[in-house]
Amino acid sequence: MPQIFHRSTNTIARVSIFGALFFVAGLLYLAYQIDRSPWVTQVNVARNQPIQFSHERHVAGNGIDCRYCHTTVETAAFAGIPPTKTCMNCHSQIFSNAPFLDSVRESFRSDRSIAWTRVHDLPDFAYFDHSIHVAKGVGCATCHGPVDKMPLMRKHSSLQMEWCLDCHRHPERYVRPRTEVFNMSYVAPANQLELGQKLVAENRIRKMMDCNTCHR
Amino acid sequence: MSSLKPDNAPEFWRTLAEKDGANLGELVGDEFASRLPGTFDQVERRAFLKLMGASLALAGMAGCTRQPPEQILPYVRQPETIIPGKPLSYATAMTLGGRATGILVESHEGRPTKIEGNPSHPASLGATDVFAQAALLDLYDPDRMQTLSHVGEILPWSAFIGAMRTVMTSQHATKGAGLRILTETVCSPTLAAQIEDVLARFPAAVWHQWDPGSELNAAAGLRLAAGTDLSAHYNVENAAVIVCLDADFFSCGAGSLRYARQFARRRRPEGAGCRLYAAETTPTPTGAKADHRLPLKPSQVESLARALAVDLGVAGVGRGTALSADAQAWLTAVRADLAAHRGSSLVVAGEAQPAVVHALAHAMNAALGNAGRTVLYTDPIDARPVDHIQSIRDLAAAMAAGHVDTLLIIGGNPVYTAPADLRFAEQMSNVRLRAHLSLHANETSAISHWQIPEAHFLEAWSDARAFDGTVSIVQPLIAPLYGGRSAHEVLAALSDRPERTSYQIVREHWQDGGSTRQDPPYTPRPGVPPNVSRPGLARETRREVDPAFEAFWRRTVHDGVMANTTLPTRAIGPIGAIAAFSASPATPPGGIEIAFRNDPTVHDGRFNNNGWLQELPKPLTHLTWDNAVLVSPATMTRLNGTATPDFTGGERGQIHGSVVEIRYRGRAVRGAMFPVAGHPDDVATLHLGYGRTRTGHVGRDRGFNAGALRTSDALGFGTGAQIALTGDTFPLACVQYHHLMEGRDIIRAVPRAELAALKKEETEFPSIWPVLTDEQEKVADYKWGMSIDLNACNGCSACVVSCQAENNIPVVGKTEVMRGREMHWLRVDSYHQGEIENPKSYFQPVPCMHCETAPCEPVCPVGATVHSSEGLNDMVYNRCVGTRYCSNNCPYKVRRFNFLQYQDWNTPSLMLGRNPDVTVRSRGVMEKCTYCVQRISAGRIQSEREGRTIQDGEVKTACQAVCPTEAIVFGNLNDPNSRVSKLQAEQRDYALLRELNTRPRTTYLAAITEMNPDLATKNGHKP
Repeated sequence: MPQIFHRSTNTIARVSIFGALFFVAGLLYLAYQIDRSPWVTQVNVARNQPIQFSHERHVAGNGIDCRYCHTTVETAAFAGIPPTKTCMNCHSQIFSNAPFLDSVRESFRSDRSIAWTRVHDLPDFAYFDHSIHVAKGVGCATCHGPVDKMPLMRKHSSLQMEWCLDCHRHPERYVRPRTEVFNMSYVAPANQLELGQKLVAENRIRKMMDCNTCHR
Repeated sequence: MSSLKPDNAPEFWRTLAEKDGANLGELVGDEFASRLPGTFDQVERRAFLKLMGASLALAGMAGCTRQPPEQILPYVRQPETIIPGKPLSYATAMTLGGRATGILVESHEGRPTKIEGNPSHPASLGATDVFAQAALLDLYDPDRMQTLSHVGEILPWSAFIGAMRTVMTSQHATKGAGLRILTETVCSPTLAAQIEDVLARFPAAVWHQWDPGSELNAAAGLRLAAGTDLSAHYNVENAAVIVCLDADFFSCGAGSLRYARQFARRRRPEGAGCRLYAAETTPTPTGAKADHRLPLKPSQVESLARALAVDLGVAGVGRGTALSADAQAWLTAVRADLAAHRGSSLVVAGEAQPAVVHALAHAMNAALGNAGRTVLYTDPIDARPVDHIQSIRDLAAAMAAGHVDTLLIIGGNPVYTAPADLRFAEQMSNVRLRAHLSLHANETSAISHWQIPEAHFLEAWSDARAFDGTVSIVQPLIAPLYGGRSAHEVLAALSDRPERTSYQIVREHWQDGGSTRQDPPYTPRPGVPPNVSRPGLARETRREVDPAFEAFWRRTVHDGVMANTTLPTRAIGPIGAIAAFSASPATPPGGIEIAFRNDPTVHDGRFNNNGWLQELPKPLTHLTWDNAVLVSPATMTRLNGTATPDFTGGERGQIHGSVVEIRYRGRAVRGAMFPVAGHPDDVATLHLGYGRTRTGHVGRDRGFNAGALRTSDALGFGTGAQIALTGDTFPLACVQYHHLMEGRDIIRAVPRAELAALKKEETEFPSIWPVLTDEQEKVADYKWGMSIDLNACNGCSACVVSCQAENNIPVVGKTEVMRGREMHWLRVDSYHQGEIENPKSYFQPVPCMHCETAPCEPVCPVGATVHSSEGLNDMVYNRCVGTRYCSNNCPYKVRRFNFLQYQDWNTPSLMLGRNPDVTVRSRGVMEKCTYCVQRISAGRIQSEREGRTIQDGEVKTACQAVCPTEAIVFGNLNDPNSRVSKLQAEQRDYALLRELNTRPRTTYLAAITEMNPDLATKNGHKP
């Protein structure tokens, strides 16, 4: 009885078994990369907003402190999105007739909120508190990036759990003196690790690694 | 006595089956027996596999979706005090039976989310009862009446004002002879002034009051004793001996929270001690706390009171019927104890007993010199004290005679609650114009022309007096969700300024000097413009505001109590021989006696549509969702009835009780029979508030209407009833058989005399785990722990509802409770000791123990339950895949699984009430007590921001915060000076199932008994 398969089939079988390992590994790597890609994390993807608000103009151009608008960043979990009133503090005088501010004035007149699209959106089972991070010396720019160079707001960090844990495991790599928290032009010094360890001790920064720190 | 642990087999039992020595193996073993219908249709194996395969594939796909974009809607003009995400607390008050209890309500951006007690209010002292906790769910109830309607036609508020104007015009000629107003008990000074104002303009109109939820017999008894209308309250701080005559002193009535706290403080080891005697019919939490409980037929309580009064030297008292030997022995001991504690004892009569028993109790207190020390008398708290029974009788008679042209019913549900013999619904149909203000569309609304949605007390301004007269301003937390109107606004419709808001009405009342019965807390200054609400003065003037008033008003609203409004106590004269004392009670006829009681959770039916209260196991019976015919086990056997526990998936959540027909005075109802240990024989307790025909979808068709039997001459109890089996059975959802103790040693009690000699249990048990030392456990700043004092707990279950409100715990419904799937993170078990006829009962709240070596943790395949550095046993919902291994491995059975989608994710109003700081769990996720980790986090963040550590008492768990008896204490065990450390160091501290070496962080303090040595052995209790 003749052989059903040609001799070369053995080679093909060996190669495909061996190759399957790479194929599976490749798939896993692909999934890993997709999960961290901007397509999923939306990092560096500018969102459409009802008003073309530029942080670059307001922060870098006008030198407005973060806390002028995000008033509750030092006292509450939520940093606060400014009420229309805050916009109108200046824009009742400056660009008071500009057409691109129509919807701000409309909101102020009609008492209807401006519907901003969330850029930094944590899942509902994760509880983040701005006030404690700011109090412990995590700079705005550490997570939000160079906001003063963003004409349209976009995410700078993935906000995925591994990203959170990176800092929670090694706070000394990221913390800065409390006085520099709102400084957008702060650059980490060369001896960051040394400084970080000093700050961790001084400011009682604990490595908050318990699940209940964020999930409850 | 050296150790807490009893040497012999457990003397405690939880269920009648255990007491009878039923084969536990049989009870536990038949795991899959069930008479419940399946949740799903029968599916073939192939179809099942297909569905599962597809589900798995789709679930994988679903995991790949990106988060949908969300919006942020900031304020246009942000209110000054509001920080988004930071709750604010406002003081207000809740009334029940007219009396106010001060509360603090937490508000998240204008949405009330949690109710706590107001520590500065005398009736609360920081605690609340179950009703106040559950009031939140009533506020958001989607079944509330939502539109104002007239004979089915939806109309605006102005139409009602117009209708009232017509009424006023037509009633003008007769001075209001055809106008009747029916209210519940009114303790609101403003509302009373408004009604008096209407009566002043229509002198022939009549104000009736009917409130089955208030203390009618107590008021009548005091009137009988003192000859005038008074109010009484108690000071348990001074009471070394308390005798309750069918009185559920710690869980019913105004002031009960305060009494429970004072009693618990006296009973602490360092307290002065307090011996409690209770003669009662239905086993109640008060009876369970009693050192000597005497089960008695309700008709015999009067004879017992008479015998006691004669012995204590009250003049002119005739003896009643003969007492049993047990009762005689009890009486002898009580008399001696009372005589030894003149001036520091207290006799309390219960609401179900007739006025004469209350009068006797006051006479005994007077004879013992307790008046002014443990019993305090004040002018009446009610704005206009009346005999409610006579009042509703008069109204029914007037309606029957056609004298009533317009009936305005302000709150309440008289068609359902009025005694059956008055045939209220039938008489009401004779009234030409019927208007009803109500939270829900109920039986009374159904036959009213005008159906007016009522504003919930969290939606409207009002005021009310507490049990001691202290006035609170009721402040709204939210604008009416369904356009509801308050009683003040409805009554204003009968004035010449009908458009005033409740705020204007209440504020103007106090601006004008408030109540006339007392020195006004704020006195108007001369020169301030006159009261514009006075009749005849239609001139609208904008009132000049006196800065002193503004300060007074702000202070009062902020504090939740009005300063200097507590009524002064007054003496009452000697209570002499009253005619009612000499008359001997008639010997009751044979047959069964019926005791009518307000239900422990749905009260007189007003909380019937509240899922939290419906699902809350009733103390001692552990029934949910239904009422039952409660009888003694002996009576049940005599009547050939049965109550068979049944089970699903190993959980025993159902009891099939024989359905019986109760015939009483020509009326009959049918209900399921349920045996209760400690219930006297030949008596059936029927709880009111069930069998509602018109209510929301939660309360509809639950239980039976015991009120259909109740007559106006015997509100508390009746004699001569017949009970007959019908041959049917009815499944009751009863959690008593869940989590059986299976022979383990769980409850500890120690006599006060042996406290000093007590040694803490310290034996080490062999373990396969490395045993951590205390030093090894001290890895973080905090080591959280909890101490639960069984001596203090009186089973009120406020902690259970508080936990439910704080932690977004869903309601699962009767069918699911019968499968043993209730979701409460905290349960209050009850245990009994001694004979079935009269056991001593104990309560034990059981939350997650947060074991140091938690058995649930190593068995989780996905690491969803892990230990935190501070010793918490964390539950990570987003990791949980629902294997339920943790629950199987938990020896305390405190883990709860979302078998189905229990949480309501669709009803918008219910979403408003959720706590935004706690994840709302979905189907397929395990959950359990977290030690209120959101509160710990908030406390930690606050303290870290301020550069300090969390102070003792700064973080309170939800269950701890509401506890009237301070039974639950939470804190840091690393701090040797914290309250919890000190309590856990007490000799009577013990860990539940310590032999398992789980090292629980929650431990218990043994109960302390204060038996009378003369009675201890006679009562069947071990000394």
